[in-house]
Amino acid sequence: MNMLEVTNLSISFGGLKAVNEFNLTIKKGQLYGLIGPNGAGKTTVFNLLTGVYKADTGTIVLDGQDLVKLSTIEINKAGIARTFQNIRLFKELTVIDNVKVGLHNGTPYSTFDGIFRLPKYFKAEKEITEKAMELLKVMGLEAEANFTAANLPYGKQRKLEIARALATSPKLLLLDEPAAGMNPNETAELMNTIRFVRDNFDMTILLIEHDMKLVSGICEEVTVLNFGTELTHGITADVLNDERVIKAYLGD
Amino acid sequence: MKKLSKSTKNSLINYGMVIALYVVIMIIQLCGGLSNSMKGFLVPVCIYVIMAVSLNLVVGILGELSLGHAGFMCIGAYSGAIFSKLTEDTITVAPIRFTIAIIIGAVFAALFGALIGIPVLRLKGDYLAIVTLAFGEIIKNLVNVINFGVDSNGLHFSLKSAMDMGLAEDGKIIIKGAQGISGTPQDSNFTVGIILVLITLFVVQNLVNSRDGRAIMAIRDNRIAAESVGINITKYKLMVFTISAALAGAAGVLYSHNFSTLTSAGDKFNYNASIMILVYVVLGGIGNIRGSVIAAVILYILPEKLRFLSDYRMLVYAVVLIVVMLFNWSPKAKEFKEMVSYKIKGMFAKKEETQA
Repeated sequence: MNMLEVTNLSISFGGLKAVNEFNLTIKKGQLYGLIGPNGAGKTTVFNLLTGVYKADTGTIVLDGQDLVKLSTIEINKAGIARTFQNIRLFKELTVIDNVKVGLHNGTPYSTFDGIFRLPKYFKAEKEITEKAMELLKVMGLEAEANFTAANLPYGKQRKLEIARALATSPKLLLLDEPAAGMNPNETAELMNTIRFVRDNFDMTILLIEHDMKLVSGICEEVTVLNFGTELTHGITADVLNDERVIKAYLGD
Repeated sequence: MKKLSKSTKNSLINYGMVIALYVVIMIIQLCGGLSNSMKGFLVPVCIYVIMAVSLNLVVGILGELSLGHAGFMCIGAYSGAIFSKLTEDTITVAPIRFTIAIIIGAVFAALFGALIGIPVLRLKGDYLAIVTLAFGEIIKNLVNVINFGVDSNGLHFSLKSAMDMGLAEDGKIIIKGAQGISGTPQDSNFTVGIILVLITLFVVQNLVNSRDGRAIMAIRDNRIAAESVGINITKYKLMVFTISAALAGAAGVLYSHNFSTLTSAGDKFNYNASIMILVYVVLGGIGNIRGSVIAAVILYILPEKLRFLSDYRMLVYAVVLIVVMLFNWSPKAKEFKEMVSYKIKGMFAKKEETQA
C-alpha cells in the first residue's frame, strides 16, 4: 500500500524551475531517502509537501487524501509532520513544552476550560504531560524535560524537533538533514532512534541527508534529485553505486 | 499536600502580592495614615496595572508590538460611561450598574480589538506597531468630535455640535464633543480596582499556562514551526488581541468612573499614554507578568512623588528608567543578581542542614 504518491510536481521561482516533474512513491512503513547535491531542490520538495509553497502543477496524495489545495495546518492535521534543516525550536519554551505544543491539536479542552481551570483542563494536561514524557524518553531527553530548549546541545535539539513532530501523531514524517552537524557517534545513535521510531510508531519516514553512511545504513530506497529533476531512484545500494549519481556529486 | 507546578506557584505568588498590598493599604487607610494625594493614586495604579498586564500579553507573550493600547482604554471608558449615564435613573443600585458598565466597556473594546485585528494582524513587527499607533490616535480624535444625546424619541448623534442633534426639551446630552462626558457616577474605588486586577491576572496567567498560551508563545518563538505543527496563527493572534483589548476596556471603565468628567483631550488616551504603558511592560520585563505589576505601581507613583523637584522631575524620572533598565538587562547586573540569590539560597540550605 502506498502512503505517499507524488506525480509530476513542479514549481518555478521566476525563471528557475526549482522542482520539475517530480515523482515519488513511498510505501507504508518505508524508510525513504531523498538525496542530491546542494541546491538540487530537496528542501523545496519538503516545502511543497507541507504546503509552505504551492505547486504550479502536480498532485500529492497522502494515504488516499489529496493534499494539493490544503494549507500547512490542514496538511499537518492530515498526517504530515516535519523537522527543519536549520533547527526551528520554540527556543524560550521548556523542552517538554515544545513537545506539548506538538500535541496542541490532540489536547481536548477549549480556551474557556483553560482560563477557568475546569476539570477537563486538569485531566487533559495530565494526559498530555504523560504523553510528552513518553516521547522525550524515546528520544532520550527525559532528563532535560525542564530545560529551556535553547540551552540544549545541538544533537539534542535535533532530537527534540523529531519528538515535537512525532507529537502531532503523523502518518508520514519528513526529516530534513537530521544528522547535519552531528559527530559519528551521535549519527549512529540517531540511526537507531530513527529505526526505533519507524518500528514502534508505525511510521513512514522520508528523509533528506548528505551523510551517505546514514542513508545507506537505514534507507531502503532513495530518489536522487539534481537541478530540480529526478536523476534516478531505486534500492539504496544500487543507486549509490550508479555512475550518474557519483558524477552528480563529484563532477566529471 | 499536592506538589504545585512552578507556574501555579508563580501565579499564586502574584495573587498573594496584590492581596497583601490591598490589605496593607486598607489598614493604613483605616488608621488614617494615607494622605489625600496617595488616596488619589489608588485607582489609577490599579488601572495602569491592568493596562500593563494586558499589554504584556500582546508584547511579551505574543511578541507583537502594539502602540495603540490606550485607544482600547478610551473605547472602554466612553462606552462604560455612556451606559452609566443612560441607566443612572433606571438602575439605581450602583454596584450592579457599575458591573454591567465594566462588562459593556470590555465587550466594546474587545469588539474593536477583533474588528481592527482582522485586517491588521496580517502585519508584523514595525508595520503592526505603526497601524496600532494610528488606530489609537484615530479613536481619540474621533471621540473628541462626537456629540451624543438621548430624549423621548430615542438616541441622537452628531459630529458637528450638540445643538445639531435637535434634542427635545426633555433630552439629555451625554457626550458633548470635546467637552466629553460629565457627571458620570463615581463608582470606582480601590476595592473594585483590586478585584479587576485580580481578574486580569487570573485571565492572563491561566491563559498563558494552558494549551493556548503554549501555542501563542510558540508563534512568538517560531512562526513557521508553529504552523508546521498545526497551530492556527491568525486565530491565536486575534484571540490575544481581543482579550488584551477587553481588559484594557475594563480598565477604561474604571478610569471613566473615577472622575466626574471624561474627555479625550490631554494625554490620557494618546500615544504618550500607550508608550508609557509600554515602558512599564519593558522595564518590568517583557513576558514577565509580575514585573509588569510591580513596574506599573512604582513607575506610576514615582513621577507623582517627584513633583517637589518641579522642573527636574522628568529628568530624574528618565535617569531612574535608565538605571532600572541596566539593572534588569545588563549581563553584569544579571550575574550579580544570580550570585546574590545563590548565596541567599546557600544560607537557607545550611540552616536546614544544621537543623537536620
